[in-house]
Amino acid sequence: MSQRLNADRRGYYGPYGGRFVPETLMAPLEELTRAWRAARCDTAFQQEFHRYLRDLVGRPTPLYFAERLSREIGGARVYLKREDLCHTGAHKINNSLGQILLARRMGKKRVIAETGAGQHGVATAAMAAAFDMECVVYMGQVDMKRQALNVYRMREFGAKVVPVTAGQQTLKEAINEAMRDWVTNVRHTHYILGTAYGAHPYPVMVRNFQRIIGDEARRQILEKEERLPDLLIACVGGGSNAIGLFYPFLSDPAVRMLGVEAGGEGILPGKHAARFQGGSLGVLQGTRSYVLQDPYGQIELTHSVSAGLDYAAVGPEHAWLRDQGRVEYTFATDDQALDAFLRLARLEGIIPALESAHAIAAAIQRAPTLEKDKIILINLSGRGDKDVAQVAEKVTL
Amino acid sequence: MSRIREIFQQLRRADRKGFIVYLTAGDPSLPATVERVLALVDAGVDVVELGMPFSDPLADGRVNQAAAERALAAGVTLAGVLDAVRAIRRQSPVPLVLYSYLNPLLARGLENTLMRVAEAGFDGVLPLDLPPEEAEVFQPAFQKSGLDHICLVAPTSDDQRVERIVRYASGFVYCISRAGVTGAQEQIADDAAAVTARTRRHTALPLAIGFGISTPDQAHMAATLADAVVVGSALVQRWHEADTKKDGTAEQVRSWVKEMAEAVHGR
Repeated sequence: MSQRLNADRRGYYGPYGGRFVPETLMAPLEELTRAWRAARCDTAFQQEFHRYLRDLVGRPTPLYFAERLSREIGGARVYLKREDLCHTGAHKINNSLGQILLARRMGKKRVIAETGAGQHGVATAAMAAAFDMECVVYMGQVDMKRQALNVYRMREFGAKVVPVTAGQQTLKEAINEAMRDWVTNVRHTHYILGTAYGAHPYPVMVRNFQRIIGDEARRQILEKEERLPDLLIACVGGGSNAIGLFYPFLSDPAVRMLGVEAGGEGILPGKHAARFQGGSLGVLQGTRSYVLQDPYGQIELTHSVSAGLDYAAVGPEHAWLRDQGRVEYTFATDDQALDAFLRLARLEGIIPALESAHAIAAAIQRAPTLEKDKIILINLSGRGDKDVAQVAEKVTL
Repeated sequence: MSRIREIFQQLRRADRKGFIVYLTAGDPSLPATVERVLALVDAGVDVVELGMPFSDPLADGRVNQAAAERALAAGVTLAGVLDAVRAIRRQSPVPLVLYSYLNPLLARGLENTLMRVAEAGFDGVLPLDLPPEEAEVFQPAFQKSGLDHICLVAPTSDDQRVERIVRYASGFVYCISRAGVTGAQEQIADDAAAVTARTRRHTALPLAIGFGISTPDQAHMAATLADAVVVGSALVQRWHEADTKKDGTAEQVRSWVKEMAEAVHGR
């Protein structure tokens, strides 16, 4: 099954993927593809990547049995893959580290990134500091306000954070602006895209840097339970934490998978970011996938309480996995995510990122429908310190 | 023969360079676009590119982004742009190119959309985010519509890429003078000469050069490198300033266009 998720030579998964970018970016995408392919086969590169994952990122991250949560919600037993314990607080750093090593290998001195929740920006800024590169992060002004803590963290790492004031001032506009920077400074700049989205090779490359999540989780659950989980759950914005967890399990037919999109205030145009609920086939920011758009092909507004899921399109691999029936996709609303956020804090002493809280919310729905001997494994993709101020605005404690 | 081929043949016979301008369709309104295209033709413009406003114009600089936002806020759709083109066609045979991101062209099916675009009176389409690797799939729809497919060559396109790009090109080839987004620059990049020379090695199609040309001197210089010169953001900005009465009048914009046209045509 996992063979079926290999992009073809042109970066397609069935009808999804490809490279829909201005001509100026085609040569750098080819250069990146060549560099990444060579690095993949280079043992020294892989050893270096894994050494930094261990010593700098803090891997392997634990797989934690959430006993109180499991008891409280009833039904299946719930395990949490603790990506929130990664250095800088989310799974994003796995990819930022991989790409910065690649940028160095390509001789680039400057890296740029987009960020929504700020986790990818923080991870990239930290890695740029560690590897002595100039770093510019584009972030929508609305997101800068709701994730202010992460803006300071990026600046502490020495990165320049550029506010993006176009359109809805969130993740999509930040990607547009990062692509404009890249097209302008393409000769000495590498664009560290933060999710399994965009033009080929980004989706497959980011997935490969993130598959460490699933590789570890698979080994860990076999050690603890001597069997594979019954259900994997992860939130899906662009889709990198989900694909990172799912990918190493794709060949295990007994392992079911659930991706959770942002249902926002409900599935109405402009009120959510659940591409598989209200989206259709389109081309946005380099790739062909499910996109929230109006009947004229203009991209629709999106809404989610979680900046990291607040995006109008989904990674092409997820679109393909959905078509294949291999992964099921659902959504959690803002209210369900906020509820899950607090329940995990109260029951396990863990504050999840609002993004990851969507996965917890789905588990709260699903676990009671499964028998007690079943196992759910959730990717707790990030920690929620960044969200505390925002949650405080919505919930009085 | 397409109107685009025809105009370039005429220009060649007259030993003149072509002057191409870009306008965002529907900024500030579609009737204004019709009026402006006709005024541009009177001022000596040879080909007009009309930009289909898109919500996420990632290849465009600030000026064209703002123009697209204004047009979308005014409710511009492709159907409206096509009506405007029909209105232009009743009064002028000027070659018209639709400059568009791919997604608005795909929304109702590419083949159907290109047929409608051709029927309304457009002569060519310039898709911003359709590199040759992806163009193959879309080529039959282009051929069926009879529209010229205007392809982009970038400073980062090597000989191998240029050779591949021109296989899909018809009408003319648009050479991007520098790596970057649309918008004015102080001087024309050194890339400009290299990119036109490289493209010339692979095609006999007319070459246009654009991105960042905003003064008569730059236009004159660019005209020595290619068969035609494209001016976009500089005109969009001037017209917007006149619209908002910040700077200049419509009359001044028209005389600037005339000056630019003369710089290109060499008279």
